Amino acid sequence: MTDTAPGVSVDSVWKYYGDFPALRDIQLRIEPGSTVALLGRNGAGKTTLLRIIAGLAKASEGGVRIDNLDVREEATRRRIGILGHSISLYDELSAQENLTLFARLYGLAEPEKKALAWLKRTGLDRVRDGLVREFSRGMRQRLAVARAFIHEPDVLIFDEPFTALDDRAIAVLQSLLADAHAFGRTIILSTHQLREALEIATHVAMIQRGQLVFAGERTQQMVDDTSFLYRTYGEN
Amino acid sequence: MGAFWNGVWTIAQKDLRSELRTKEAFNASFSFSLVILVLFSFAFDPTSEELHAIAGGLLWIVFSFAGALILNRSFARELQNDCLDALVSAPISTAALFLGKTLANYFLLLLVEGAALAVFAILYDTHFSKQFWPVVLVVVLGTWGMTIIGTMFSALTVNLRMREMMLPTLVYPLLIPALMAAMTLTTDLMGGTPLGPGNTIWLRVLAGFDLIYSVLAVVFIDIVLVG
Amino acid sequence: MTSSTRDRFIYTLAVICAALLVWDFYKIFMVLPDEANQGAIYRIVYVHVPSIFTGFTGFFVALVASGMYLGTKNLKYDAFAAAVTEVALAFATIVLATGMIWGRIAWGVWWAWDARLTTMLVCWLIYWGYVMLRRAIEEPTQRARLSAVVSIFGCADILIVWKSIEWWRTQHPAPVLSMRDGGGMAPGMEAPIYWNWLAMMCLATIFVLVRMRQEETSREIDSLRRLAHSY
Repeated sequence: MTDTAPGVSVDSVWKYYGDFPALRDIQLRIEPGSTVALLGRNGAGKTTLLRIIAGLAKASEGGVRIDNLDVREEATRRRIGILGHSISLYDELSAQENLTLFARLYGLAEPEKKALAWLKRTGLDRVRDGLVREFSRGMRQRLAVARAFIHEPDVLIFDEPFTALDDRAIAVLQSLLADAHAFGRTIILSTHQLREALEIATHVAMIQRGQLVFAGERTQQMVDDTSFLYRTYGEN
Repeated sequence: MGAFWNGVWTIAQKDLRSELRTKEAFNASFSFSLVILVLFSFAFDPTSEELHAIAGGLLWIVFSFAGALILNRSFARELQNDCLDALVSAPISTAALFLGKTLANYFLLLLVEGAALAVFAILYDTHFSKQFWPVVLVVVLGTWGMTIIGTMFSALTVNLRMREMMLPTLVYPLLIPALMAAMTLTTDLMGGTPLGPGNTIWLRVLAGFDLIYSVLAVVFIDIVLVG
Repeated sequence: MTSSTRDRFIYTLAVICAALLVWDFYKIFMVLPDEANQGAIYRIVYVHVPSIFTGFTGFFVALVASGMYLGTKNLKYDAFAAAVTEVALAFATIVLATGMIWGRIAWGVWWAWDARLTTMLVCWLIYWGYVMLRRAIEEPTQRARLSAVVSIFGCADILIVWKSIEWWRTQHPAPVLSMRDGGGMAPGMEAPIYWNWLAMMCLATIFVLVRMRQEETSREIDSLRRLAHSY
């Protein structure tokens, strides 16, 4: 861990739905190279916060900066990779076409070559001309992982990445996450699968009713007893 | 600026490729226009002279109905698998994303209109060869207005429960001035009246409509898609 | 404005409005003579024209309020825009209804595709879409954002419609005798139009204030429901 400027800084973020504050004054500094597990129950505001960090929604007050640049700047978005509940791929395009499309959108040099490299890496190069519609669930998910990683983002944002994955996709994702962590990338992930998340996390943040109730380093105690956080910081 | 147009082109290409692969929207839209064209023959005597007086109006009714089917699919296509999130988080501006989708819709709509125009000419024995290029000009301008409004509202209604119902409710009233101008011009041209001082005012209405809404859409699309 | 001062304002306005209307309608029905060509029916103009002014004022104010919402993201402006649009839509309905009644008697048809009335009908359709859109969106912030954009698009359209329908009618002149083209009205007959406009603006303000309170209350209910469902 370094003492340089924070990788991701969430500055007093409020998000209102009408008069209801879904996020209240979230202050979070995420150091470059750390892996943060964002915990909280359904409806606590995890997805809302992740969408704001990813630049998919705007905060009502406050903002998110990545290396001191606003998250909606194009230069910043180039450095973010997201993977949500869904695969964000086009069913009627082939695997290669999908990856080439995103390589182009991210302005990568030689988009076709990049796409092919990632198809190999996720074990999909033999079906590269198959339409995504015809893929099995596991294949779709591996392709989605390739889509999120293709531009080698510095900041990876995952919303429930393990929920819909099969074993092989989890293995691919876990090895990629380990690689990313080794390369000093910043990773933010929200999940229900506490054990998987806590094993790879360096830091933990917990949200309850739109408020940040805990943010700090992950301890061995949390891994051994996954309900510890909820018992200690939860309301009941 | 190069990156901007690259983004526009990449999105347009993507939309056209997936549409041409399935041809879902095109087929639906074209067969729908065929049905309307056939239905018209029951509304009036298809061999009479009165046809020339209402031909322009009929055509634009076909175009705007056919257009609704294509435009409805435009952003709805992105809902499957949450593709819209991946596009919005990509480092292209929302204006480029919007223009790319608009261009793809524009091309598709022109294709359907060209086919419908040919069928119309055959079924109803109309001659627009005398005024061919002016008719093309009117179709090109009128369709752009329809496409820009339609794509904008396709984006605006994409997350609504009643999307299919809201889109026509919002789009058709806004299109009235553009359709009125296009109908008047097309009727004139098909009746043999060339463009002249009597009707160029309608060309200006069409061009003004296109310009005003192209600017407004590009300015407001980020508010619609991101907030 | 606290709720009790707002109430007092509403009641005061209501008294002024009632007094104005009674005085106006007394003049219109008891003092003014029948018009030479049209007879008694011309009196409908005293409802028709002030409603036009009130309606268009409303649509314009809604545009400004929508712009203010997008600029400040303060939901008060959204409630204001929504209230003003709905009230203006009600006045537009009055314009259409009175216009049709007058047309039936003066021209013999309910609807003659007269330029001004057609413009009003198009406006009505556009803002009816706005009201429908608001009903289709549950989340208040998203509703405010999207309907503000629709309001701005709609107002731009009115300007284009206004001009183009006039051209459309000039191209195909219809047998319309408009009182505006007929050399105006006698001075004594014109004044009640403006007094009635003032009365209707008071009435519209009352409706807007009441409607805004409903809007704020429903937002409060929505936020309480979200709170009850939150973890």
